[in-house]
Amino acid sequence: MTIDLKTVKHISKLARISLEEKKAEKLADDMNSIFEFIEKLNELKTENVEPLASIAKTTLRFREDKITSDNIREKILKNSPEKNDDFFVVPKVVE
Amino acid sequence: MTEITSLSLFELIKNIKEKKISSNEVTKSFIDRSEKSKKLNAYVTENFENCLKLSKEFDYKPNFDLKLPGIPIAVKDLFCTNEVRTTAGSNILNNFVPSYESTVTQNIWNEGGILLGKLNCDEFAMGSSNETSFFGNVQNPIAKNLVPGGSSGGSSSALAANLTPITIGTDTGGSIRQPASFTGTVGLKPTYGSCSRYGIVAFASSLDQAGPMSKDVKDSSILLEVISSFDKKDSTSIDFQRNNYSSELTRNIKGIKIGIPKEYRVDGMPSEIENLWKKGIEYAKDCGAEIIDISLPHTSYALPTYYIVAPAEASSNLARYDGVKYGLRSSGESLIDMYEKTRSEGFGEEVKRRIMIGTYVLSSGYYDAYYLKAQKVRQLIKKDFDEAYNKVDAILTPSTPSSAFKIGEKSNDPVSMYLNDIFTVPVNLAGLPAISIPAGTDKNNYPLGLQIIGKPFDEQTVLNIAYSMEEKINYKNNITDWWMK
Repeated sequence: MTIDLKTVKHISKLARISLEEKKAEKLADDMNSIFEFIEKLNELKTENVEPLASIAKTTLRFREDKITSDNIREKILKNSPEKNDDFFVVPKVVE
Repeated sequence: MTEITSLSLFELIKNIKEKKISSNEVTKSFIDRSEKSKKLNAYVTENFENCLKLSKEFDYKPNFDLKLPGIPIAVKDLFCTNEVRTTAGSNILNNFVPSYESTVTQNIWNEGGILLGKLNCDEFAMGSSNETSFFGNVQNPIAKNLVPGGSSGGSSSALAANLTPITIGTDTGGSIRQPASFTGTVGLKPTYGSCSRYGIVAFASSLDQAGPMSKDVKDSSILLEVISSFDKKDSTSIDFQRNNYSSELTRNIKGIKIGIPKEYRVDGMPSEIENLWKKGIEYAKDCGAEIIDISLPHTSYALPTYYIVAPAEASSNLARYDGVKYGLRSSGESLIDMYEKTRSEGFGEEVKRRIMIGTYVLSSGYYDAYYLKAQKVRQLIKKDFDEAYNKVDAILTPSTPSSAFKIGEKSNDPVSMYLNDIFTVPVNLAGLPAISIPAGTDKNNYPLGLQIIGKPFDEQTVLNIAYSMEEKINYKNNITDWWMK
């Protein structure tokens, strides 16, 4: 299987990363060499194997649904690239 | 007296407790040496002034009951530190100043440690040479233009060069053990779930684990005791009875069964690695261990599995960097355009490559063929270890398939870079504890490490074997301070 330029561009759209044409070609080459190496897994028969998603055997713990932090609005807004009063500002979304 | 900066953590603590030296003197010594070592590029952010201030406060009102009384410590820049910039080696977090503290670093400050600074690392911990950092290469103090390993390369370099008495790194596929091996230092990856992931910039959440890096095994046991804790803020933190690792440390490993997996004898492995391993087996025997041949049949599938699982989790974890709430923002015509430009300018090549791989293997139509397949093989790899541990208490392997390489030597070939982690990756997939200890040198006099892998939650046995072998090996780094000349 080979990953062509069209696929690389599609994936970059999904990943929300803009790509120059030249970079896309290099990335296609890199991805192909990595996938060639990954294909080795197909040597193994795994029909009856349970997938292992996490090493931690415990099921995820629930916590009480209550606020545990103090008023941290300013702390959170402090790192924002653009803000207006208590809001994060983004480019216009709705016309 | 020996120079303060070359003392071990254990010796520093002893001297401070006996009031032979003050925290401020210790801090000054490490800062002074760090100032003279800028060529190594180990630091991303210095916290020197604040560290001096806090050391004076410690000396004014000392508490010698603490486990790290007034000890200055620089940490990998992947740990969020309250009010101190945290970059993860990335342009996208270049201006990020957390308003909270990671649990692991908080545990260190609670025991009297003082933040000396934030250490360079591969971008988002993705790399094996520290060459993917936005803040540039790090030099290995062993020799000029040699990589310090990665991703915790700033940590290993600072430690080996005596810029910090101990440090912490994170290990997703070998990022503590491989740099330790490349710099003649000790690095321990604990069992998955031992050290909280809260406040660590996430890479691959089912594999990431923080751990100690130190000049000797005893120091790692002291630091592990401080950082290992159950934490409600990490949903996969495990509540188990933790040992007093340093006080229970013993060189008596008589009768311990150590397995030697034949599958780690890989094609093209340099003879010096093979010889090191053989020597390691002899040392283990001298220490009283019983050596048993074992098989881990799926070893060669670990790296391909890792290169599906880790990028898949990374692509999901890194989706949060969108230029909206924190981090870099590039200007764009529309919201989507802003996202795409921010991520394109904010992430480096290796990070983009892994996000792309991860997005691809999780994309519609490919999930079963790649991600699900990898999870199944991960099960087989874990079962190999489970079965081996019916027969043995621990496993001995080389840490890396080679010694440190030159800067630039492998940066254009991702697959050859990935092969560095061939001996360390299976351990992360199975969630096991493992340590790398320096065990010899290659023909260039560059350090080589041996890895001891343990049963889940059995860090004590891993540390004891390492402690016992360390005495027999008696390795000493030969650091010439070439970067100061």
